[in-house]
Amino acid sequence: MRRMLCFALLAWGMILFGPSDGRSAGPPPVGGKLPELTLGVPKDAAEKTYLGLSGSDTFKIPMIRAKTVVVEIFSMYCPYCQKEAPNVNKAYEKIEADPSLKGKIKMIGIGVGNSTFEVGVFKKKYGVSFPLFPDGDFALHKLLGEVRTPYFLGVKLNPDGSHQVIHSRLGAFESVEKFLDEIIKASELKGEMQK
Amino acid sequence: MNRSPIIFFCLIGTVLLVMPTVRNSFALSDAYKDNIYNTGMLKPTDSVLKVSVGGKAPDFELKAVSGERVSLAQFRGKKNVVISFVPAAWTPVCSDQWPGYNIVKEMFDANVAILLGITVDNLPTLFSWTNQMGKLWFPVLSDFWPHGAVAKKFGVLRSDGMAERALFVIDKKGMVRYIDVHNINRRPSLDVLIGELEKLRNQK
Repeated sequence: MRRMLCFALLAWGMILFGPSDGRSAGPPPVGGKLPELTLGVPKDAAEKTYLGLSGSDTFKIPMIRAKTVVVEIFSMYCPYCQKEAPNVNKAYEKIEADPSLKGKIKMIGIGVGNSTFEVGVFKKKYGVSFPLFPDGDFALHKLLGEVRTPYFLGVKLNPDGSHQVIHSRLGAFESVEKFLDEIIKASELKGEMQK
Repeated sequence: MNRSPIIFFCLIGTVLLVMPTVRNSFALSDAYKDNIYNTGMLKPTDSVLKVSVGGKAPDFELKAVSGERVSLAQFRGKKNVVISFVPAAWTPVCSDQWPGYNIVKEMFDANVAILLGITVDNLPTLFSWTNQMGKLWFPVLSDFWPHGAVAKKFGVLRSDGMAERALFVIDKKGMVRYIDVHNINRRPSLDVLIGELEKLRNQK
């Protein structure tokens, strides 16, 4: 019986103090993997095509058809995200205008604590062309280490289906060009960005 | 052997395990750097409303951060008024509420509505805090002295001296049309507020 008591205490100790409380310790580190983020497949046909997704259910970021995915973690309510929106759009436009990058680097945004309506407001207000996803209940935000916003992740998708985080940084871009250069270098993509 | 110690420890364990999951959820803009004071989880609401939907809204006049004095009566016959009480400057959820309203002026305009933001903080504090949000299109009013007098009139002054996180929609005739005394730990969703304003427009 005493053994059982010890076992019960040990088990609870492991649960309480172990890493299994469903909460990530911090943002995904460079060189690491993304947490399992489940997003809804966009209803918009153009967005679905852009991401190279099929079906109408859910998907995970490594399923996106790209060599590298840039993920912006933002909120409609965040002043810095609002201020940064034109620069983020510029990064997207530069990628789309460059034949050596278009189709290889894709961008998405996750609106933490934002409803579908609120993400829609942000998209319309700033004319965001890449797909934005709501995270109304902060579920994804918790998995992403409850980062402040805006936060940018670069995720390299390998041909064998694996992936690595190649960029993980808080705050506005120093410059759009510098951000893209870093992403391109870390992605090991060939071809120079058009200046 | 008595099994009660096992049950006791499992019970304590369960309580500790559940605690983090009912924690406050919020995202924080990098605009505020490390200057936000984390209040932790607060009692969701802690006051008794003194106004009701269909009743007349109590009039008030408060000083705005811009220096002007703003009264409810000045909008009578001209605009619907949304009053957004938030608990305190420099706290997590509040800091990411008004910046959202700041990008939807068109939605307020389309529904002939003005927004008045009110807290019980003093003007210097409100000045510093709202400066981090960028330029706000709506007046931010200080209900600091007599402390929380307007919040008290509406019945949204908490026992700790803060205001509730509350939204009031008041029509052009000065009648209360919608009240949301929200869980202080959560941000009300914009969908509902805009829906209420649209309802008001469609009724007329």
